Amino acid sequence: MEAKELIARRVAREIRSGMLVNLGIGLPSLVANYVPASLGVFFQAENGVIGLGARPPEGMQDPHLTDAGGGFVSAVPGAASIDSAMSFGLIRGGHLDMTVLGGLQVDEAGQLANWKVPGKMVPGMGGAMDLVTGAARVIVAMQHAAKGESKILPKCTLPLTSQRRVSLIVTDMAVIEPTADGLVLRERAPGVSVEQIIAATGAQLIVRGDVPEMTL
Amino acid sequence: MKGAMTAAAAANMIPDGASLMIGGFMAVGSPERLIDALVARGAKGLTIIANDTAMPGKGIGKLITAGAVVKVIASHIGLNPETQARMIAGELEVELVPQGTLIERIRAGGMGLGGVLTATGLGTEVEIGKRVIEVDGHPFLLETPLNADFALVGAWQADYVGNLAYMLTAHNFNPIIALAGKIVIAEPESIVPVGVIAPDSVKTPGVLVDHLVIRG
Repeated sequence: MEAKELIARRVAREIRSGMLVNLGIGLPSLVANYVPASLGVFFQAENGVIGLGARPPEGMQDPHLTDAGGGFVSAVPGAASIDSAMSFGLIRGGHLDMTVLGGLQVDEAGQLANWKVPGKMVPGMGGAMDLVTGAARVIVAMQHAAKGESKILPKCTLPLTSQRRVSLIVTDMAVIEPTADGLVLRERAPGVSVEQIIAATGAQLIVRGDVPEMTL
Repeated sequence: MKGAMTAAAAANMIPDGASLMIGGFMAVGSPERLIDALVARGAKGLTIIANDTAMPGKGIGKLITAGAVVKVIASHIGLNPETQARMIAGELEVELVPQGTLIERIRAGGMGLGGVLTATGLGTEVEIGKRVIEVDGHPFLLETPLNADFALVGAWQADYVGNLAYMLTAHNFNPIIALAGKIVIAEPESIVPVGVIAPDSVKTPGVLVDHLVIRG
């Protein structure tokens, strides 16, 4: 299985019936593909829709209905359109059950950096700071390493997105839960050993007993 | 509501150096005819307050390309390489604001509030130079209100008294900026007789709108 699909499938298992969920652009948006419609989950796009649906058929796109990445989407029955103040009221006010975002770095305090690489990439934080600060659960979905370097570090070297501790990190190698004690290794990807994960991780991991393999 | 005018007449009303709030999210819901008219009249020295600068050739991106803008206050500029290039070259000042904070600063400006208190940005670069205020034991950043000389609103329908309705994700910043501009110019996709927009469907009451832009 491709790394991105594995991550998306594992994150999808965190989603419970009836949740309001915001998926970031890129890898996190793939999570929707693995959430059964029977769960009755509403996906929010912060540009202003609750109840985001699949890509419309070719030629059926409406220029008034896009996701936060500007891509054409549809809406599910029960969808609602909202303005940006309402959209971020939902996010900041604790009404959003879960957000799934990509990450550049996460550290031992569970803090996330994902909006800026000084001198190289300054796209702006968009909605990321509000999402990480306000959502009930924050899940970081990312590759374990980039260009051979671990993205999980003792301390983020890039500017933080929020001082809040994220809820869970899901990578192509492991599921890691940031806690008050540090980063606890919860699960291994299929065929990956605890030793391989420790070797590929720049931060200290807490390993308690047997670490089960991910269920996908 | 004072009446309807052409986009060119509206653009002539907006002087060089003015501050403009412009609706739209990646150009969805942006008043494209007003933007085209500002480019055509060769507007200069504008300050733009908006969610993003879209992309080259679309929405606010056209004003960036035309060199009409000296300052941008936005949450995201990542999809417009020209904004980034001009920022790096020192031709364009860019203030990046978290999206939920940006819309609340505009809302505060429009609703007569002295600012907003938000946890978004605490412990990040966004906190630099700002007051932290504790309320019931919780720290918040004090974010100040934003107003502008003009608000350029993109709407779906307007009626003869200026009541506005919006469609799907084209709401975004539009209903909020309609409160925060000293002069509010709305560009609807169609103008309909009074009564076609039911009172419950009016998102921006016509009393807030100064001018409507007609087609052609």
